[in-house]
Amino acid sequence: MLERGEVANSWRRERWESLRLLTPNWQCRLPGLHYEGGDPDGYLTAGEVSEFIERFAKVSAAPVRTGAQVTSVRRVDGRYHVMTSLGEIGCETVVIASGACNRPAVPAFSAALPPGVDQLTPFDYRNPAGIRDGGVLVVGASATGVQLAAELQRSGHPVTLSVGEHVRLPRMYRGRDVLWWMEASGVWDQRHDEIDDLTRARRLPSPQLAGTPERTALDLNVLASAGVELVGRWATVRDGCALFSGGLRNVFSLADLKMERLLNTFDEWAETAGHNADVGPVERFAATRVPESARLQLDLRSGEIGTVVWATGFRPDYEWLDLPVMDAKGQLIHDGGVVDSPGVFALGLPVLRRRKSTFICGIEDDAREVIDHLARYLARRR
Amino acid sequence: MTTVTNGVNVQALIDAREVLKGAPEAAQFTWRASAKWNSGVHSTIKVHSFFGLGEEHNHKQESVFDADHPEVFAAEDNGITPIEYLIVGLASCLTAGVASVAENRGIQLRSVEATVEGAHDIRGILGADSDVRNGYNDIKVTFTIDADASRQEIEALVAQSQKRSAVFDALTNPTNVTVEVA
Repeated sequence: MLERGEVANSWRRERWESLRLLTPNWQCRLPGLHYEGGDPDGYLTAGEVSEFIERFAKVSAAPVRTGAQVTSVRRVDGRYHVMTSLGEIGCETVVIASGACNRPAVPAFSAALPPGVDQLTPFDYRNPAGIRDGGVLVVGASATGVQLAAELQRSGHPVTLSVGEHVRLPRMYRGRDVLWWMEASGVWDQRHDEIDDLTRARRLPSPQLAGTPERTALDLNVLASAGVELVGRWATVRDGCALFSGGLRNVFSLADLKMERLLNTFDEWAETAGHNADVGPVERFAATRVPESARLQLDLRSGEIGTVVWATGFRPDYEWLDLPVMDAKGQLIHDGGVVDSPGVFALGLPVLRRRKSTFICGIEDDAREVIDHLARYLARRR
Repeated sequence: MTTVTNGVNVQALIDAREVLKGAPEAAQFTWRASAKWNSGVHSTIKVHSFFGLGEEHNHKQESVFDADHPEVFAAEDNGITPIEYLIVGLASCLTAGVASVAENRGIQLRSVEATVEGAHDIRGILGADSDVRNGYNDIKVTFTIDADASRQEIEALVAQSQKRSAVFDALTNPTNVTVEVA
């Protein structure tokens, strides 16, 4: 196992200070290790996640080589040559487990922002104290964007949040964590080969959730009530002005309707599986409130906005992978983790084999099946 | 599932999507219109040819439109105003979208009506107040749909139709426009 830094590297170095896991502690399960603390319904801090992963490295006795940055993987005579900062390795098979969030994705028009505006990605952001006084424009309303918008607004920065398509979820539903419902109802177990539009499922932004001790929802109504100004998807920069889409109302509708369909799925499952007695009564949540008049443009030269935070998603980095296995958009081409290069496999990508693939408790089932493929491949070669 | 017949050949659209995924150059279309000034603010616009799938095409027949301004604008009202053509486009695009999405989702439509209202402060175009924009301030589309579906499913049709609408996108997002003298 090659690790570019130290165990749990990205959790140590690429996370802001207040970040907590989205999954409740009782869902922190890896083969042979599960959460044993006193707060099963709470959410691990980034530091605690690092410790959890570090403990797993010990418990599993994984042969981790730390400080081993992979610089290239090439196929030579049916085998693979892996160049690392610690030297070259030859192998029959490769499992790519470098994740989907290696680089913050920032739109090209970021280059057109006036020089007086600071620009940060979630990798650069640590805490509100590191942000200069004045307004902050947070771009993107998935988990990262809503969490940073809430934290910055609380700290006294006037926050404007640019909202495109997003996934709205309540934190708690009928008295249970919404991720309990995802797991118990079987939604998380939906397999990649059962999903209608897999490309879309794999591109789905992370849900508007935060793991806070209060277990409260963090949707756009909550943010608007806290004083965050909502604007549409940021389309471009023209003459130093940010131009936002006028389609805000529809992205609200899409997310509200989608959430309602999911809650219907949960209710139907609770009914048929006989769980109505274990959970609270059916709930429905207020529609996302449409601002009376959302601004369509914002002058970035006026000084109103001191900082732009790009919470516009992440991309994987396969620069080191010298194999023809990427599509035109730089995504790895694979079928349930089986990559189209003999002996190459992948783990830990969105909906790799199931909806839960990128959650801590989702890796075990995927890993078993992918490793079955790998073992069969090796057996065929012998 | 019962057969749904809204008259949209969804299979052809799905097939086209699959083909064009691997051939982005064939997906590049150019739509054209040409206007000829008559007199006053009256012009006649013709639409006939377009380019797409790598070659030139013609509509079955040329369409001719008159654009003018109403008498309250001290014009002759030989046709609707240009800004009304925009909401003609929006209404027809969203309605086509509703039919297509319904077909794809197996929802039988019985009737679909859309009314569009665009709020326009004409002080902008008259130069009476430089803080007022020239175009619409707000556009409101109201759908009345009779279909074999729940209210929630109908709302989802309308939402998805906006999500995939060319004219909705063109109106809600900025577009580079180049105007030059030949």
